[in-house]
Amino acid sequence: MLVLALDTATPTLVAGLARWSPGGAEVLAERALPSGTRHAELLTGAVTEVLRDAGVGLSAVAAVVTGLGPGPFTGLRVGVVTAAALADARGLPAVGVCSLDAVGSGARTVVTDARRREVYWAAYGPDGARSAGPGVARPEELAPAGPVVGDARFAERLGVEVTPAEVTTAGLLRAAAPQLADPSSAGPLVPLYLRRPDAVPPASFKPVTTA
Amino acid sequence: MADRVGGGPLVLGFETSCDETGVGLVRGRTLLSDALATSVAEHERFGGVVPEIASRAHLEAMVPTVHRALAEAGVRAADVDAVAVTAGPGLTGALLVGLAAAKAYALALDVPLYGVNHLAAHVAVDELQHGRLAEPSMALLVSGGHSSLLLVPDLAREVRSLGRTIDDAAGEAFDKVARVLGLPFPGGPPIDRAAREGDPAAIEFPRGLTGPRDAPYDFSFSGLKTAVARWVEARQRAGEPVPVADVAASFQEAVADVLTRKAVRACRDAGVDHLVLGGGVAANSRLRALAEERCAAAGIVLRVPSPRLCTDNGAMVAALGSRLVEAGVAPSAPDVGADSSLPIDVVALS
Ligand SMILES: [Zn+2]
Repeated sequence: MLVLALDTATPTLVAGLARWSPGGAEVLAERALPSGTRHAELLTGAVTEVLRDAGVGLSAVAAVVTGLGPGPFTGLRVGVVTAAALADARGLPAVGVCSLDAVGSGARTVVTDARRREVYWAAYGPDGARSAGPGVARPEELAPAGPVVGDARFAERLGVEVTPAEVTTAGLLRAAAPQLADPSSAGPLVPLYLRRPDAVPPASFKPVTTA
Repeated sequence: MADRVGGGPLVLGFETSCDETGVGLVRGRTLLSDALATSVAEHERFGGVVPEIASRAHLEAMVPTVHRALAEAGVRAADVDAVAVTAGPGLTGALLVGLAAAKAYALALDVPLYGVNHLAAHVAVDELQHGRLAEPSMALLVSGGHSSLLLVPDLAREVRSLGRTIDDAAGEAFDKVARVLGLPFPGGPPIDRAAREGDPAAIEFPRGLTGPRDAPYDFSFSGLKTAVARWVEARQRAGEPVPVADVAASFQEAVADVLTRKAVRACRDAGVDHLVLGGGVAANSRLRALAEERCAAAGIVLRVPSPRLCTDNGAMVAALGSRLVEAGVAPSAPDVGADSSLPIDVVALS
């Protein structure tokens, strides 16, 4: 079946179309746009382009996969709500996966930019299955085992080499495979925020005039 | 059945500029549904809207609210002719949830998308209740996020700002005064209730920007808010009880007086004889009463949507979308974005 995959958890927006079966996935078209904070502007356009590249209409798509982060909240929500709305409007199953699962392959630690001088991270065993994380941490506090992939700008603060890698359509499909094989196992599309909202309630009842 | 009621395009509207997730359906100028989810209770203990909490709530509520809107209207998503969405002004993170959802529905349903101005939508919603707007009309929009006086020569293409608040929005002043008086958030409804038992002339609070050399159509509510707080704190320091009803009534009177005085003056100066009220503060009973009184005296036709449609909702966005379709305005480009400070002279983004 044809699967549309989206991810907006990192500054690179990903939209891809793949032919998926329990035996594997073949990516038919993909857009990876360094869109920074412009995910909302560019995502539906990227979806239109991958459909055109693959020569199919949205009506041919049988499922939607989306990265649930972790990632900067505002951009992350753009991808998640787009996937939810596309799936709802077309009556399709929507499958959410941890975006870090879609970066690199095999035994590794994945790091992406969490802003505020921190990284989002997750660790994977030799079979490629996640063994720890996702979490958010200062790079100095992480003691990554095995190769590290992801955002290479953190190499110095991690104290190890980081092989650049990004979210890919193939990675999203690989992470989604169990849920695509059994759509009834797909959970709700809830972003992996990992941080509470910044909101500090007023400490006390402060007089307005002397504040 | 519902899809045969009235004529015109079936428009699905999305509103997420602040803390209300609104999804509405309109056919032509007929209101079909107005589904709403709100995160207001989650903001209460912060005394104001927390953007990140609002954005998370929008995402959670989005698809269920669309389902409620469709069910209430008795139509299928596939029947929708156009999608409209608030593109600004508002909280960026909150706007983007609605914008992304609207773009996705428009793409999936293969219909045009209109990214529209929230303030113009507040004016358009009145057409669902009182029919076609007279043009030109004057519009006074007052809420927790905005206080604006608009001249509307053509709702689909030309809306002009005559004046706006230079500090707090009127609704913010209500929230802050409510806090000073120990009333709950949001402050509008509890102040309105408390004021019913009070004397509006008990305390002479200042009327901002009403001097002869002040900008005639701009508003200022910061001084009023501070004056109320000072007055209440002086009472508290003196160990005297605070007459909550009198303070609420006198504060509310000052707000309603300034708003209606300036709106009526704007109508007279511009030779416009129709005034539309909108925004959450337009639900205030004293503002409505005073506006009626002064408009009647000045020969101005006053139009006020029901309180439910005055506050932010999806139907108002659908109403403006319907007007844009009818006027033949081009839909927004596929890469349209949100603009937290979208100026009012942009009714719809191209
Ligand atoms: Zn509003």
